[in-house]
Amino acid sequence: MDAETLLSIEDLRLALPDGRVLLDGVSLSLARGEALGVVGESGSGKSLTAMTVMGLLPDVRSSGAVRFRARDLLMQDARAWRRLRGKEIAMIFQDPMTAFLPVRRVGAQIDEQIRLHEKLSRREARARTVRLLGEMGVPDPAAAAERFPHQLSGGLRQRAMIAMALSCAPALLIADEPTTALDVTVQAQILVLLTRLRETGAGLMLITHDMGVVAQACTHVAVLYAGVVVERGPVRAVLDAPLHPYTRALLAAMPPLDGPRPAHLPAIAGQPPAPDARPPGCVFAPRCPQVRPDCAIRPPVVRMGEQEVVCVLYAS
Amino acid sequence: MLRMLAARLGQMVFVLFGISVLVFGVFFATPGADPTARIAGRGASPEVMARVRSAYGFDRPLPVQYARMMEKLFVSRDLTSFVDHGAPVVPEVMAAAPVTLSLVLWASLFWVVFSLAIGIVSAVLRDSWVDRFFMGIGLLGLSMPVFWLGEVVNLVTQSRFHDTWLFSWVPPLGYVPFSESPLGWARALLLPALTLSVAFIGLYARVLRAELLAAMGEDAIRTARAKGAGPARVWLWHGLRLSWLSYVSLFGMDFAQLVGGGALLTEVVFALPGVGRLTYQGLNTLDLPLIMATVMYAAVFVVLANAVIDGVYALLDPRIAEGRHGR
Ligand SMILES: Nc1ncnc2c1ncn2[C@@H]1O[C@H](COP(=O)(O)OP(=O)(O)OP(=O)(O)O)[C@@H](O)[C@H]1O
Ligand SMILES: [Mg+2]
Repeated sequence: MDAETLLSIEDLRLALPDGRVLLDGVSLSLARGEALGVVGESGSGKSLTAMTVMGLLPDVRSSGAVRFRARDLLMQDARAWRRLRGKEIAMIFQDPMTAFLPVRRVGAQIDEQIRLHEKLSRREARARTVRLLGEMGVPDPAAAAERFPHQLSGGLRQRAMIAMALSCAPALLIADEPTTALDVTVQAQILVLLTRLRETGAGLMLITHDMGVVAQACTHVAVLYAGVVVERGPVRAVLDAPLHPYTRALLAAMPPLDGPRPAHLPAIAGQPPAPDARPPGCVFAPRCPQVRPDCAIRPPVVRMGEQEVVCVLYAS
Repeated sequence: MLRMLAARLGQMVFVLFGISVLVFGVFFATPGADPTARIAGRGASPEVMARVRSAYGFDRPLPVQYARMMEKLFVSRDLTSFVDHGAPVVPEVMAAAPVTLSLVLWASLFWVVFSLAIGIVSAVLRDSWVDRFFMGIGLLGLSMPVFWLGEVVNLVTQSRFHDTWLFSWVPPLGYVPFSESPLGWARALLLPALTLSVAFIGLYARVLRAELLAAMGEDAIRTARAKGAGPARVWLWHGLRLSWLSYVSLFGMDFAQLVGGGALLTEVVFALPGVGRLTYQGLNTLDLPLIMATVMYAAVFVVLANAVIDGVYALLDPRIAEGRHGR
């Protein structure tokens, strides 16, 4: 782990009290100025991973290590979590419709976060709120701060959400599908905002199920399948030469970034396994076109150049 | 704004009209309700009966009788009772109103304070023994009939243990006006108000707990946590704000119907001369003017409360205020 590493998750496992395994080996790392895309199908555990980093998971058993700036997050107490959340690690949620409290003005909610972490007067906090909203491209930010969430469009609300997340200049920003609920043009604008943020030196963890978003806005990528990170590495390397059969299938199912959309995209046959029905070996084996007998044993992590992959095809 | 007020007023008149017609109709449809015999007294001769009938206008068509009664109740306000040698009913209701209002104010103070405390504590400590204990007690309070509870309270504090240090302060049953003695007023109302509030505490604590727990599952609460808010702020500032809408509307309706005479049983048991007891008395003697006056009085409060609740709603949730303009 070098000095620039912000966040590193090592072999994180989460299980419910009844024994169902939700995450079964998630390893990630993220340095300052990097944007890590976490991709995977619905239910693969992307949000769970993010929630673990925020310490927002209710009673689950966890093992492994989550280190943020060399602090072990899983070991810290509630007060330490509170100081961390919103200040050093901030999160943007998937649905800007419901993420704000509907009964309070947007500006007041952003002010609240600022004043939770910094000793500022109401007026100073509001000044910063308005400045942030302006930087996020909200027209007439002072008036927008006086609006209730339902009075803003989806795109404006997500910008306000980002402004709130950035209000205390966090070192790490986690965005959980920040653009899924928005239309394509707004999505592109939001991605530009996030990219600019990363360029100022913060770390960005961008959760998405869209490889296109990863290609557009990320420097690194981790592919999550059924609670396991099956492949990770720099975006260019993974997109050019995907190693894991699941990554290949995902990329094949992605429409090309430019040029005409093909009439038919190959889909991955079958369904990802439910948390209580995961195979003991490779989790992708039941759907894998290249399945072999030794897939019945969980393959080790293999380093291939800049990439890491969990697959028997590369085990020596 | 003015149009809204006018609409409210119209709605109120309509409701009052409907209720009064209903009360009037039910009264005259009830067998044996003919007030002539009771006014004339037992064994009155047919001539006396006929005189009474024409004096009170019972021989006129019902719509005319209705119109005259409404005129006397609302315009000249000299509607007189069919019993009690024709005592005017409007002053009677006005004299009873402060008693009921005092009782309900005290009771609502108790039930809001206790149900808030119990509801929040139970929600925060959900599924713990504290929660189960409170919810069990609440269910018990909810299912105890108020007249039975009142009788037990009276039995304990008025006779059985009245001479012990614990209850020697309890005044005899009845009401003491605030203007006469503020302390006496408070003492006279403490036990009746507590008795009245028990069921409401049970109900409101349950409602608040359920609403609060539902609200805590919402995305907005997760956002509050992600902002770094502590548990007190998350529960009280964010959670309550999301969940107290139904609590507030429930409170408005219950408060209004109690002020309108819904505390009847409590007032009867504790011999408080309030509107509820007046209603009870009117029903007992089948005294239509008194029934009509108390029912109208109650209806005014319920309609007013509805208007106030709508206003408070719009304050608490801006989405509702806008919905009205949209319609
Ligand atoms: N509190 C919980 N109790 C039980 N199961 C849970 C809980 N939270 C999540 N899960 C399960 O864990 C799995 C992973 O959930 P997660 O929300 O992380 O998926 P995701 O990758 O974010 O999917 P999506 O793209 O739909 O957001 C799902 O199968 C979900 O049902
Ligand atoms: Mg998710």
